Order: sequence, then structure tokens, then C-alpha cells
Amino acid sequence: MSVKNFQLDDQGRLRHFLTIEGLKRQMLVDILDTAESFSGVVDQAVKKVPLLRGKTVVNLFFESSTRTRTTFELAAKRLSADVLNINVAVSATTKGETLLDTLHNLQAMHCDMFVVRHAESGAAHFIARHVAPHISVINAGDGRHAHPTQAMLDAFTIRRCKGDFYPLNVAIVGDILHSRVARSQIHALTTLGVNEVRVIAPKTLLPKDVETLGVHVYHDLKQGLRDVDVIIMLRLQNERMQGQLLPSEHEYFQLYGLTEDTLAYAKPDAIVMHPGPINRGVEIDSQVADGPRSVILQQVTHGTAVRMAVMSMCMGSHIKAEGSTA
Amino acid sequence: MRITIANGRILDPANKFDQRSDLHIASGRIVAIGAAPAGFTPDQTIDARERLVCPGLVDLSARLREPGYEHKATIATETRAAAAAGITTLACPPDTQPVIDTPAVIKLIRHRAEEAGKARVVCLGAATQGLKGERISEMAALKQAGCAGISNSLIPIANPLVMRRIMEYAATFDITVFLFAEDPSLRNSGCMHEGAVSTRLGLPGIPEAAETVAVARDLALIADTGVRAHFCRLSSSKAVQMIARAQYDGLRVSADVSAHHLYLTEMDVADFNSQCHVRPPLRNQRDMIGLREGLISGVISAICSDHQPHENDAKLAPFRETGSGISALETLLPLSLRLADETNLSLLDILSRLTIEPARILGLDVGTLGIGAIADVIVVDPNHYWTINRDSWLSRGQNTPFTGWDLKGRVTHTLFEGRLVHELNA
Repeated sequence: MSVKNFQLDDQGRLRHFLTIEGLKRQMLVDILDTAESFSGVVDQAVKKVPLLRGKTVVNLFFESSTRTRTTFELAAKRLSADVLNINVAVSATTKGETLLDTLHNLQAMHCDMFVVRHAESGAAHFIARHVAPHISVINAGDGRHAHPTQAMLDAFTIRRCKGDFYPLNVAIVGDILHSRVARSQIHALTTLGVNEVRVIAPKTLLPKDVETLGVHVYHDLKQGLRDVDVIIMLRLQNERMQGQLLPSEHEYFQLYGLTEDTLAYAKPDAIVMHPGPINRGVEIDSQVADGPRSVILQQVTHGTAVRMAVMSMCMGSHIKAEGSTA
Repeated sequence: MRITIANGRILDPANKFDQRSDLHIASGRIVAIGAAPAGFTPDQTIDARERLVCPGLVDLSARLREPGYEHKATIATETRAAAAAGITTLACPPDTQPVIDTPAVIKLIRHRAEEAGKARVVCLGAATQGLKGERISEMAALKQAGCAGISNSLIPIANPLVMRRIMEYAATFDITVFLFAEDPSLRNSGCMHEGAVSTRLGLPGIPEAAETVAVARDLALIADTGVRAHFCRLSSSKAVQMIARAQYDGLRVSADVSAHHLYLTEMDVADFNSQCHVRPPLRNQRDMIGLREGLISGVISAICSDHQPHENDAKLAPFRETGSGISALETLLPLSLRLADETNLSLLDILSRLTIEPARILGLDVGTLGIGAIADVIVVDPNHYWTINRDSWLSRGQNTPFTGWDLKGRVTHTLFEGRLVHELNA
């Protein structure tokens, strides 16, 4: 198996951000610290810093998304970059152009960063392997594989609410099988050193050998939530489900839906998270989603700062490199 | 043309022959081993000192991509690569375009192969018309036109009743059915082995049960119909055990494995390495060991290349969207020879799984150096080290995960029907 992490440049700085797997704890802490410094920017009268002035960021979305694309766009604009939004699902590839051709065309327009979302696992890796050396690639979600900025904003939210990662027990509940977010969260949380990561789901929603990712598996929600500090609920990805994985949403909610009753099994100060969009009454009860322990909207807020941090760090390695050769 | 291959170590698994000697060829046949027949004067002598002299290899599965996919490869390009790899007989699965379901396509392929003149190409006919899995093909006509068996290629027969009809009809005419064991429902949208690596990469997995469920169903139908059947490209240890049991019970079943499944596992997919995208998928270490054990015990009686050349673009996409398959003619022999170092299989044992055993499965009178046999003969330098790279590659498909591997053993001469069709430039 390859051991070289090609997300990093020769100096060990972040060049692409494709997956959290393989990154060192200090790198993740640097991202969180940088995000912390950017979180003040949004409170200022002029919500901009000039770090990426003159740079062009392309939001290359092969799969529809509003929330993620918007936060990446906002983050790029707050770093003073020029932003292009390209919905590839309804443009070139429908005319038969290959992914590589699309990429080469955009590259010829002198772009500096691609933010990529794609329905296939590994698409961001593929693109990163084929871009010119001056271009950075950020994975905004590829298939079931990874959604690293979402995981980092979740970690950022947890750190803000809980401080230290080490004593925490974290439960991730629901459709782990199809969730790129869950995979990235597991890598982020285990790297950051939380005490225990649990996954809670019926067997039909768990990938094979999931324990090898370093998690404990529970099939009973109440048992799994006992003494946890953080509960991350996942959306049921019905659009990715082939074959019958669940008998009904009703039974799923009865067994795995988070309600005031089931929440009581967690620690009294446990926080409730959800990467969104929420299916109310399927994964989570509205009372909990809108309740005092929910930090779901804080997650959204933190998304911009974390993405600013990742973008500036990725481009930073190029900017420093350019500076050093000048 | 009279040729003498002098002073080589002659290895003929069909006759359990392993001796240093001379081998004499005349009129496309092997005429003597040892002393030359009276009055025999060779037109050419090949010095085979320090070399192995073996039957030409018989490959149970090689896609030549013609007709229909000439942008990937042609019969001319791939038989040339085969000759350089020591393969003198290739079985071509029916998934060409048009599909091999009429005698006309068989004639076309045979004609092109004869034009190229580098190796023998035999066809496997389609088990169902157009490989659609619905109506059984005109198997008797296909057999008469020269098909060595029938197969539905990589398109599994979903309907058990259709499979039963295929087997019953094939049994009527004593045609071997070549089976690719994969339950399409259990495969779902998978593209690699379902396990720790697929979970890590977020790639949809193909469970081991996709193979074992299909093997179980097909074994039940084989027992029911009495057909002679061959399982192609086993990938799991459990399937090997099931075939072993069926053979013990007296069913007429055989099995093969690709050379790459004896060396690669799911771990080689690593970070979305599309060169390792194959069907059936590369499974885990335990399965790889099980396949090797099956080969050693003889449950698996043949190693094939499962050659599937692709144009470069076919592998340039996110993993699941890439074409599956490896360009594998040229790694078949060196990878197989390496097994002699890594297992307790002798050279004769390994060569039997590349020559006489696959020839028997295909029902062909090749794969032997017996006196009077067709002179498909190769000379191999067993100590020739070479590195797999673009310069060493003859197949038009350069899709191999073995690039950069150092391999030992190279074919220096290939004789096809008594004609020298390949000679390695030193």
C-alpha cells in the first residue's frame, strides 16, 4: 500500500485537502487554530482578508449541492479570491467530455484551486493526481469516501463546545454505509485523540469491517448513547440506497431516531450535531433538533471559517513557494 | 522447415518428462527427442543451453478486442504479444462486438488470427443470444464451427431456469460450459472486494457471497444436468473449497485462476489504483492463499492471463468508472514461474497448469511435447531478469499494475506449428 501522502508538499505542508486519513494530529490542530483566527473575520465590518487576492477558485460540482457550495464560495470570497461556480452535471460532461478534458480546459483558464464534489469515491484523488503543480484541490465530498472539511468543521464545533478532545466519547448514528461525512469524522476524531468513537446503526447501514477504522459498533441506540459527550446524527441517504436497507422510516425512527427520551441516555451536557440537511421525524425529533443541546446551526456558521482555513493553508504553500523563488 | 532445439532442459508435463536433451521438429510436428531421426538435417539449430524447453502456453482467457473494440487492441497486436510471452493458444471469450454467437464471427476471428500467424485463437461461443441471458444460443452450430465451449462471459445469468436450459442443451452435445460465478444482485453496484479497504475508500463492495452463492447454484444445476463445466477466474478461498467438494463428489467440474489473483489483494487497490480494478475483484490475503492452495492441490487446474487490454483513457477516471481488467499476456509466465520459488509446486506442476491442463479443458490436442504433437514450443531463459515497463511491453493495452516489478524468466524463442514466430533480441 502506498505510504506517501501526496496531499502534502515536500515541506510537509498541505497542498491538497482530499482526506483526513493519514494526516498528523498537529496538522488537524493547525487547521482548527487557523479557523479560530478566521472566525473573528465574520464579525468585522469588512468581512474580508486579502490572502487569496488575485487567485481564482473554481467550485467544480459534479453533484448538486447548495449548502456546501455556498460555504466554499463564501469562504473563497472572504479570502478575496475570484470564484467560478461550475455545475458540471449540467454542462460539459453531458456533451460527452471526459472528466480529464473538463479539468484540462479549466486549467487552461489559469485557475488556482479546484473545490471538487463528485458522486464517485476517489474522484478528488483522481483530479489531484492530474492537475498542474500550481493547482490545489479540495475535496468537497466524493462518493462515500470523504468530506474532510465537513469533518473539520464538526471537530471545530466540538472543540469550541467541549474544549479538550481526549476525554470525549462520541457517537455517530445512522447511515454510516453511505456517509462520506462519517468516514472523515471517524478519521478526524480518532486522530485528534477522543477517548472513544462509536457507530450506532442496524447492520444494513454499516460498511463491512467498520471496526478496522477504530470504532466501536452498537446496534442499540440506548446502549450506544450511554455516557457519550457528543452525538452526531447522520442523514439517511435514500438517494444512494439500492435494495431494501430499511423496512420503513417509521421503524427506523422508532429504533434509531434521536428524541428527548433517547437523548437522556447520553451525558447531561452532551451536544447534538447533524451535518444536514435534516430529515425531521426520521433521524431526529424536532424538539431535539431545535433544542438547547443542538449545535446544528453553529456547525453551519463554523463551516465558513474552517473552509477559509483549509483554502488559505493549501494556497499558502504555493504562495510561500512562489515567494521563495521570487 | 526442420529445427533442432539443442541442449535444453526439456519439460513436458503431459508426459512427466524433465531431461536435458535435444528436440527435433519437422513439418510443424515434433519428430524426436534425443537423437535425431535418421537423415534429419536441421535447417536451423537453436542453442538452448541453460534454458528451458516447454510446450507453448495455452491461455484460457484472452480478450483480443477484435472485432468491435479495435481502439483497444487487435488480433494482430495481441497475438504478437502472446507469441513473445510464450502463449501459442488463446481462448477468446465471446464478448466481442458483434458477440460470438454465430459461426460467421468465429470464421472472422479465425481468419484474422491466421493472417497474423503468431498464435492459435479458439473461440468460446456465447451461451445466450447476444449475451443477453434470455434465449440460449445455437450451441451445436457454434461447436461445429469450432468453438471450444460456451460462456456468457462476464454477464452472469440471473435467471436459474435459463442457466438450467443452457446446461441441459450443452450437455446434449457434450459442450463444456464456462461459468463466471457472480450473483448480479449481490454484486449490486460494487467495484472491489467488500472488506476493510472498500470501507476505508468508500467504494461499493462486492461481497465474497456474490461468488459463493453463484458457485452453489451452478453446482446444484451441474449435478442436475450432468454437464461438463468449468469455473472461470475463481477469487475466493471458499469457492475453491466448494469446487473441491464437488470434484470429490464426482461432478465434472474444473476451475482456473488468473495469475494476478495469485499475487495481488484488495490492499493493492490502495489509493484508488484503477490498474487493480478487475472482475472478479482482488480479495483478501486469506483468499489469495486459498487460491494458491487450490492450485497446489489441483482443485484449480489452470492459470490463465485473463488478458483485457484497454486504451489509456479507459483507466483515467474515478475508480468505479474505469474499465476493469489487466493487460496480462506478458506477465502470465514470469508470475507463474515465480510460484515455483514461493510454493512447493515443481516447474513441471506449474507448467502443467499453463499447458496440458488448459488444453484438456478446451479439448484441444496441444500443450504437449509428445512425439507427433503439433510443434508449439517455447524456449525460456529462467534466469533472465527484466523490469516491466513501457519499453518491454508489446500488448497495445498498457494497463498493468505490475509496472516496475522485477520478474525472472523470459521467453527467448517461440515456435508456433513449427515456425519461429518470436525471437528475443539479446
